[in-house]
Amino acid sequence: MRYLPHTQEDIKEMLSVIGVDTVEALFDAIPASCRTTKPMNLPAAMSEWDLNAHMDALAATMASSREYRVFIGAGSYNHYIPSSVPYLLSRSEFATAYTPYQPEISQGTLQGIYEFQTLVTRLLGMEVATASHYDGATGLSEALLMAVRKTKKKKVAVSALCHPFHREVLRTYLGPAGVEIVELPYGQDGRTDLAALEALDDVAAVAVQSPNFFGVVEHLNEFSDAIHAKKGLMIASFTEAIAWGLLKTPGSQGVDIVAGDGQSLGIPKAFGGPGLGLLASTKALMRQLPGRLVGTTTDLDGKRGFVLTLAAREQHIRREKATSNICSNNGLCAMNAAMYMASLGGSGFKRLAQINHNKAEYLKRQLMAAGVEIPFASPTFNEFVAKFPQGFESTYDRLLSSMVVAGLPLGRFYPELEGYYLLCVTETLSKTDMDQLVKEVTE
Amino acid sequence: MSGYSQGESGLILNEPLLWEKGKKGRCGFSLPACDVDEVCFDEALAGDGPDFPDLSEVEVVRHYTRLSTWNFGVDTGMYPLGSCTMKYNPKVNERQAGLTGFADAHPLLPEARTQGALKLMYDLEQFLKELTGMAAVTLQPAAGAHGELTGILMMYAYHKKRGEIRTKMLVPDTAHGTNPASGALCGYTPVPVPVSEEGIMRVEDVRERMDEETAGIMVTNPNTLGLFEKNIRDICAIVHEKGGLVYGDGANLNAVMGYVKMGEIGVDVMHFNLHKTFSTPHGGGGPGSGPVAVNDILAPFLPVPRVEKERDRYRLVTTYPDSIGRMMTFYGHFGILVRAYSYILSMGGEGLKEASAHAVLNANYIKERLKDTFHLAYDQTCMHECVFSDANQEEFGVTTLDIAKRLIDYGFHPPTIYFPLVVHGALMIEPTETETKEDIDHFINTLKVIAREAKESPELLKNAPIRSKVRRLDETAAARKPCLSG
Repeated sequence: MRYLPHTQEDIKEMLSVIGVDTVEALFDAIPASCRTTKPMNLPAAMSEWDLNAHMDALAATMASSREYRVFIGAGSYNHYIPSSVPYLLSRSEFATAYTPYQPEISQGTLQGIYEFQTLVTRLLGMEVATASHYDGATGLSEALLMAVRKTKKKKVAVSALCHPFHREVLRTYLGPAGVEIVELPYGQDGRTDLAALEALDDVAAVAVQSPNFFGVVEHLNEFSDAIHAKKGLMIASFTEAIAWGLLKTPGSQGVDIVAGDGQSLGIPKAFGGPGLGLLASTKALMRQLPGRLVGTTTDLDGKRGFVLTLAAREQHIRREKATSNICSNNGLCAMNAAMYMASLGGSGFKRLAQINHNKAEYLKRQLMAAGVEIPFASPTFNEFVAKFPQGFESTYDRLLSSMVVAGLPLGRFYPELEGYYLLCVTETLSKTDMDQLVKEVTE
Repeated sequence: MSGYSQGESGLILNEPLLWEKGKKGRCGFSLPACDVDEVCFDEALAGDGPDFPDLSEVEVVRHYTRLSTWNFGVDTGMYPLGSCTMKYNPKVNERQAGLTGFADAHPLLPEARTQGALKLMYDLEQFLKELTGMAAVTLQPAAGAHGELTGILMMYAYHKKRGEIRTKMLVPDTAHGTNPASGALCGYTPVPVPVSEEGIMRVEDVRERMDEETAGIMVTNPNTLGLFEKNIRDICAIVHEKGGLVYGDGANLNAVMGYVKMGEIGVDVMHFNLHKTFSTPHGGGGPGSGPVAVNDILAPFLPVPRVEKERDRYRLVTTYPDSIGRMMTFYGHFGILVRAYSYILSMGGEGLKEASAHAVLNANYIKERLKDTFHLAYDQTCMHECVFSDANQEEFGVTTLDIAKRLIDYGFHPPTIYFPLVVHGALMIEPTETETKEDIDHFINTLKVIAREAKESPELLKNAPIRSKVRRLDETAAARKPCLSG
């Protein structure tokens, strides 16, 4: 096996130093009653070439967005990724290192993550960002737990327009902690109902996604004001990070904690993961944040350097009193996102967001002109809801066989929206793609 | 003596922070032309856009290339970081994860168009079941600690279903910090179990502590001293007798593949660290992947969605009323699952067993050759890692930290230090199976040189490292006045 370098001679020499005759003898340290007697029923080793052919065949069954026109976002977005980004990311000095416990030989990762934290604070208008979390859903769950710890209240309000899967994850996380989750309904404008929050008492935090699951931009500042009046914390979440190229930042709208998905920032969709959890807060909440933080310092010669810091929050120091159990985060995905943001730059980021907006608005306009109902009139960013005509299912299937995935049916998530579809358009879809969709849908 | 041979010292280049470079108006991205009309965004909602530096592609490429040269990875050299299993990360696995069909697949595509991914997940679950003798697997958890949380949530749900709320969890002194921290998320107070003079848990200590208010025990086996918990069967029996469950932390699974099946010795639920045992890159701190395997009684509580096979079709199924729910937005770190699957198929069952055999051989060889130089905490046959301490060097005023930093000057990544907590000044060495004997000998000889230096010229250790990008960093100052962004 090419990953196992020992020759028989090596093994013999090593065993004689140890003073046993066989490698098996070393396993005498395990009581016989604990040793398995059954052979492992696993496949035999494959050559590199047979393995490649096997994997190619599996991958070939997938509807990849290079061949298909996929009009779905809903938490995973198809954006162009510059070739330079995966190329740089494959530098094995980044990829094959671990958590930078030894800062003197991890300055590449540490400076990279420090830059990532900085870019995230600038993207979201927040004061502090962590070195990453697993994804938006787990980050949002941790954000709510932070608020519960900070306010010592056991009730949280969550918008019904937070991603349905995010809401499922936070029910998993918060249930055993005894936290009550109150869901805020949405109104006819496709926005979260502010009045429902105002009617609540004793709330630790409110979580509102913007752009929300329907693509609609929420008035975060109004929720900030309402929840602050109740001495709770304002949490904003998001799944489409590119939106911040055009929208007012959460930080400028009184938000205390932001938890979002960073997959849009140059990370392949990869059937849902690994993505990237972005977690940011005000400075006041810095010591409540879960997971790694990188900070600046100086070395013995006074040179600038970077280290993991504020470890007193973390499990390896604080054990059961830590702010979270997280150890490995999504570090390489954070580097990926930083490389992508650096490649776009401020000007490029803004322009890319504008292109996304232009395209989605074009499709929306064309559909409306063709008589398709767009139920929510509020401004959206690259995603919106449309109601397709009766019997659209067969059209959907026909489109699928011609390599078009015509949106995400919403009935599964919101029973009252049976027959409605969530459509997403990014810079990767052309006017021709959209015209074709409109034609097929309304035929 | 200089101590360095030719070729050991590199070129160290400077590189500013991203925003100390660039000029407004540059762009390192091929922005596509817009083939539709411009539409102004609603003014009341619009912001200014992010204040990022504008850089050309070559500036970005040089920036990260330079940064990378300040990092040490497994591809750079031996990385014997105990309990982290820093084995070689095969390149063919990267190819598989990068295949368009996988990398470009949207997670919400219709099932008929994602059969390859679902089959891969289904088969990987079967492999992990077979390796551990467990009944069912979820691939959803994002990392080891996330797997622990998943497992503990299932334990909690199991007790709750039986009408019990238990409040405590037994956690050995040798456990990773993630164990008590994961338990805390379900409100479990950790009850420490001490380590015996043999370096393992005693049956009596578990019996004394286990009661009907205790949810169970979290066991890392082999433990973080690199020793097999020989009493595990009796310990499991005691825990089960009181209605508790046994959680197996799979961080050290690399020692026993093909030798021990956790499901056969009484473990009810365990996690895997695919980034350790199954060779996926650690990525400078993730993304990892922490699948969880359970026995029959816990299977109903597994997270949803679950991957199922019906004749030749694969489906994602969510209809499990007792499920703890979803742990992540989608199905886990699929890209990491692809790599681990590719690794298992490259190795085959026999190859995995051989990997464990060589990992244990290497650790015992290091233990044997260094035990006269460094104090060995527990002198007995170890599994895949061995734990020394700085007790022999104390008289020279030299600590484990100094030894670790001096190893950097000689071109090695230091072992895990000051863990496990039960060994004062621990140096925890896990060589893994992928190192050659020559490199292991070089590592051993270097540690012997360092031990001599500790005696003869301790300042060499105190000042180390001197050949890295930066010298020792002031971590206290970093924490006192945190500067977390620029």
